[in-house]
Amino acid sequence: MKKIIKLQDLDCANCAAKIENAVKKLEGVTNVKVNFLSQRMELEAADDKYDSVLNEAKRIIKKIEPDVTVKA
Amino acid sequence: MSKRERKRLLRILISAVLYIAAILLPVGGIGRLAVFLVVYGIIGGDILLKALRNILHGQVFDENFLMSVATVGAFCLGEYPEGVAVMLFYQVGEWFQSYAVSKSRRSIAELMDIRPDYANVLRDGQLVQVDPEEVQVGDTVVVKPGERIPLDGIVTEGVSSIDTSALTGESVPRDAEAGQAIISGCINQTGRLTIQVTKEFGESTVAKILELVENASDKKSKSENFITKFARYYTPVVVIAAALLAVLPPLLTGQEFSIWIARALTFLVISCPCALVISIPLSFFGGIGGASRSGVLVKGSNYLEALAATEVIVFDKTGTLTKGSFAVSSIQPEDMAAAELLEIAAHAEDYSNHPIALSIKKAHGKEVDSSRVTDIEEIAGHGVRAVIDGKETLAGNGKLMAREKIHYKPASSAGTLVHLAIEGKYAGYICIEDEIKEDSRQAIQELKAAGIRKTVMLTGDADAVGQKVAGELKLDKAYTELLPADKVDRLEELMGEKSAKGKLAFVGDGINDAPVLTRADIGIAMGGLGSDAAIEAADVVIMTDEPSKIAQVMKISKKTLWIVRQNIVLALGVKGIVLVLGAFGLASMWAAVFSDVGVSVIAILNAIRALNIKKL
Repeated sequence: MKKIIKLQDLDCANCAAKIENAVKKLEGVTNVKVNFLSQRMELEAADDKYDSVLNEAKRIIKKIEPDVTVKA
Repeated sequence: MSKRERKRLLRILISAVLYIAAILLPVGGIGRLAVFLVVYGIIGGDILLKALRNILHGQVFDENFLMSVATVGAFCLGEYPEGVAVMLFYQVGEWFQSYAVSKSRRSIAELMDIRPDYANVLRDGQLVQVDPEEVQVGDTVVVKPGERIPLDGIVTEGVSSIDTSALTGESVPRDAEAGQAIISGCINQTGRLTIQVTKEFGESTVAKILELVENASDKKSKSENFITKFARYYTPVVVIAAALLAVLPPLLTGQEFSIWIARALTFLVISCPCALVISIPLSFFGGIGGASRSGVLVKGSNYLEALAATEVIVFDKTGTLTKGSFAVSSIQPEDMAAAELLEIAAHAEDYSNHPIALSIKKAHGKEVDSSRVTDIEEIAGHGVRAVIDGKETLAGNGKLMAREKIHYKPASSAGTLVHLAIEGKYAGYICIEDEIKEDSRQAIQELKAAGIRKTVMLTGDADAVGQKVAGELKLDKAYTELLPADKVDRLEELMGEKSAKGKLAFVGDGINDAPVLTRADIGIAMGGLGSDAAIEAADVVIMTDEPSKIAQVMKISKKTLWIVRQNIVLALGVKGIVLVLGAFGLASMWAAVFSDVGVSVIAILNAIRALNIKKL
């Protein structure tokens, strides 16, 4: 399953790269792209694990960039 | 300006005033420290908090932490004004950076403002305004003058002219009338149009284009990858260097620790790679946005980057350099009227849908009486044998005439020839030619001027035809009479001949050259508007039929890369110089802040230039 998740107020390019690297390492993630300019994250993961992956990703984002609001 | 930006700006202004007041205030000792701490708290409190929180989360070495260490360090050394100033300037830079980025985000969004907001659907005789996504295939929508066409479809009623400039960059409007296919995203200018929808919104041209452009920045260029990798090592290296600088020299030389700690703090301020990390993707994003404005979709930053290094351009002929619409250019009968020969040819080709047959029928212009034609036999690669009005008629190429042992004139004309023979006697020939596009010649000239070393044409057509077109356009080389598989072989050959760094681009119409499009470094498809196949197969899609757009997008590519290079050199250069000066105690904290946020801002402003395609 592939979903596009909005990352509102993502305004640090380096953080976007950090988020991408961290989420990529999560188990069950097949592909992830964080686009700093369009403020979106494209998250692809196995269907059955998607919700847990998404929650984990949200936790990582909160950790790296607390200002970002995640809109799935 | 967003609410958050306004709030931050206000805070910056207040603390700037307080800062000046604090400098002027005639207090000393602990009072002075207290005054500066208050200002520091206002301007930098959130940074300190963030730094603390991030350390707890295991995120060391982020910019908040570095700025905190640098400024707290300045306070510890008794340099209160510097400590506050660094934080103040850092915040100013951050604010400006966020403002500039959101502004360019907006201008790119405006460029891509082709998304229709609503559709007027006809339901039970009533017009209802709905979201384009709710409209289904087969629905009827009405587009009034001035409205954006919401979905792809076929015009069932009305006459109007359509402004396609948002999609094609073409300023001349197109005409639309009943029976014509129409594309979403264009603006209806003059008349009311009724359209039957043929595609859901998600499948429509406008949705596909938007998706493409939005995803384009995901395919990263080499320069971007370099910067991301660089950034990963840069910060830790500079921080370690700072630590060594603070400790080693005083231990070795016995100098004061405070001097070297101050120098080390300037290192920390410089250690954020933000200017690079923001400005390079932003430049590419701008270049891609600018290209799409002029009617060229570039599917990724990597392709935009590769375009600038193009050495060889290989063209398909039909539909790319030529219009792809064949027309009868001359009729040479033997012992009969030209109209009669044409009539016989039209009857012979009655059942064929080959472009050549179609052009003969079109030139004939009258209904074909099929009852006059019997015993039709298609001879693959040769032509047709048929009995017309009881007479055996042959229509085809020279090979057919030779096979049937008919004495014919091998004409020197460079078009495609259809020879005719009736009852074994040669009757004359019809010459059919494909016209060269108006801007093909200009396109080749511009490409040569832009530094393309070699222009090549591949075609399945006869040698005489291909060489004539190549000669007229002054192409360097033409390979003719190729089968589809031969085209791939020729392309591979050409790929082998170019220099290691140079790129090869193939330009086709995307319909039957998918293998070649994929094999080339850059596959460019023409006439993307309305052709899904072209949009899918290529790396670069030219929405119109104009080959001259290739030179245009190469210019955009070169300009974008030039900006990228400027930014890399500027950011690395200034940081490098300040690092060296800082190590020798020649650069103040001020210089360090400039090299961080000041350079960032300059680089972002420079990156925004990539959007501007008017001055190329």
